[in-house]
Amino acid sequence: MNTQTEIKGRSLWFDARRRFFQNKAAVGGLVALTIIVLISFIGPYFAVWSNEEIDWDVMGSAATLGMPSFANGHFFGTDDLGRDLYSRVLQGTRVSLLVGVIGAGISVLVGTVYGTVAGYVGGRTDQIMMRIVDILMSIPFMFVIILLLVVFGRSLTMLFVGIGMLSWLDMSRIVRGQTLTLKNKEFVEAARATGVSTPTIIRRHIVPNLLGIVAIYATLLVPAMILTESFISFLGLGVQEPLTSWGALISEGAGTIRYDTEWQLLFPLAFFVVTLFSFFFIGDGLRDALDPKDR
Amino acid sequence: MLKYTFRRVLVAIPTLLILIIISFLLMHAAPGGPFTSERPLPPQVLANIEAKYGLDNPLYVQLWEYMRGIVIEFDFGPSFQRKDRTVNEIMAQGFPITFTYGGLSFVAATLIGGTLGIVAAIRQNTIIDYFAVGVSIGAQVLPNFVMAPLLVWLFTLTLGWLPGGGWNGGAWQNLIMPVIALSTSYMASISRITRSSMLEVLNSNYIRTARAKGLPERTVILRHALKPSLVPLISYLGVAFVGMITGSVVIDIYFSTGGMGQAFVNSALNRDYSVMMGITILVGALTIVFALLADLLYAWVDPKIRY
Repeated sequence: MNTQTEIKGRSLWFDARRRFFQNKAAVGGLVALTIIVLISFIGPYFAVWSNEEIDWDVMGSAATLGMPSFANGHFFGTDDLGRDLYSRVLQGTRVSLLVGVIGAGISVLVGTVYGTVAGYVGGRTDQIMMRIVDILMSIPFMFVIILLLVVFGRSLTMLFVGIGMLSWLDMSRIVRGQTLTLKNKEFVEAARATGVSTPTIIRRHIVPNLLGIVAIYATLLVPAMILTESFISFLGLGVQEPLTSWGALISEGAGTIRYDTEWQLLFPLAFFVVTLFSFFFIGDGLRDALDPKDR
Repeated sequence: MLKYTFRRVLVAIPTLLILIIISFLLMHAAPGGPFTSERPLPPQVLANIEAKYGLDNPLYVQLWEYMRGIVIEFDFGPSFQRKDRTVNEIMAQGFPITFTYGGLSFVAATLIGGTLGIVAAIRQNTIIDYFAVGVSIGAQVLPNFVMAPLLVWLFTLTLGWLPGGGWNGGAWQNLIMPVIALSTSYMASISRITRSSMLEVLNSNYIRTARAKGLPERTVILRHALKPSLVPLISYLGVAFVGMITGSVVIDIYFSTGGMGQAFVNSALNRDYSVMMGITILVGALTIVFALLADLLYAWVDPKIRY
């Protein structure tokens, strides 16, 4: 008789998932974010106008004719040039989310590697590596990114390079701190005693234990990167037409607000605000779910 | 302390030099010289102009001259686009304006945010606390470039109380909106930081002792809790200061206040590299000095810091 049923262990991630889904704000943020991502990718199939097309009937009289309406297919209204705001907002959403995700991705890759190596190797290497981070951190990056964009021409690639340079600094500091505490734990000592090589220890024992904190900060970095990009685009120095992004759209809406076309500001702003809120709530939820300190 | 100060200054100097070198090399990597135009100049004229600005020297000589000019004479060289003006003049025109509203925003954010955070902590889980927490969560998604148009919409277009832009010699009507727009998100962060540090202090043992020996709540808070709860704020003030200087770019553009940010964006749009570099380096120097001061202040106030 085999009555023994398999006992399933409750892993850290299982526990974390349960705690995360009990957090209403975090779940709400996740739902809102999913909806926004879906809209930005599926929404274009319902668009009547493309983001570059100009509605000549509306052009020049956006304040009276360009209001949001279903009748003429401009669900979010149009801008001053008669371009459909619905298509433009969706397109801007994709660009802004992409910037955020790529920025956070770079920070995860570079920051984790840099931080674990500095923390695990320690000694003089650590000192030098962290001094470099210190130095880079006190450079006013917003100005350097703009300088970069002006010198090498405005393009998405250059924007990613600029944002990538800045995003990994904080992450590498956090990861290093965490690695310093991990490397003195017994299981690392055991691995070292049994002759596991340093790269393998880092890969198999250190990095998996860092994933929680990396996930939290990556989630919080996405809105930070979106804010950076929006700031630059707001100044008209970011992505170039016909591509657009939230910052560029908000800037346009802000510029034309004097002509009673508030929908030009409010639609991109709503997407921007909801997304940032979602990321903050998800990040907070992850922190509560994964941070062992608060248990 | 002296050793720590010395070491900290020793890090600050190479940082500044690296910043100067990076921006200098970036400028030289730019396609086309500063005097390339649609109508090409005769080669002799071009050579003369380049000789005048020292552009015919080898790169390292130019870099050396540039760094020497900045460090020793505080001279950022001539503007490449507006030939009658130097970078120093352009910066001297913009910085006082930026500092006026930037400084006011800094003070407002610290005072209001700090007070809000402290009151919220003292009255934890009351309506005041929820209000403060709500404000600081909401203000996270209201950066200056979102606040500015919303304020103009409310105060200028709907209510008609305030002028929608301009500097007007720094009249208070022209200052209100820039200061609110610039300080909101930092005020929120400051109130969040003070609230959590105050809560931590209020739950510590020595505060319980102070209460147990019968001190009035007023004395407990003002004499014992206030000072230590403000310590974590010090390291944030450097960040806030940098943020305000950076944010002034948006303020200048949206409110046409004519500060340093306007000069920066104009030079970015005109590809006036020497002005861009000058402003970047000056802001960088301010950032580094402010971070240095914050670190030293922190080490001085908090005896727990080991150096």
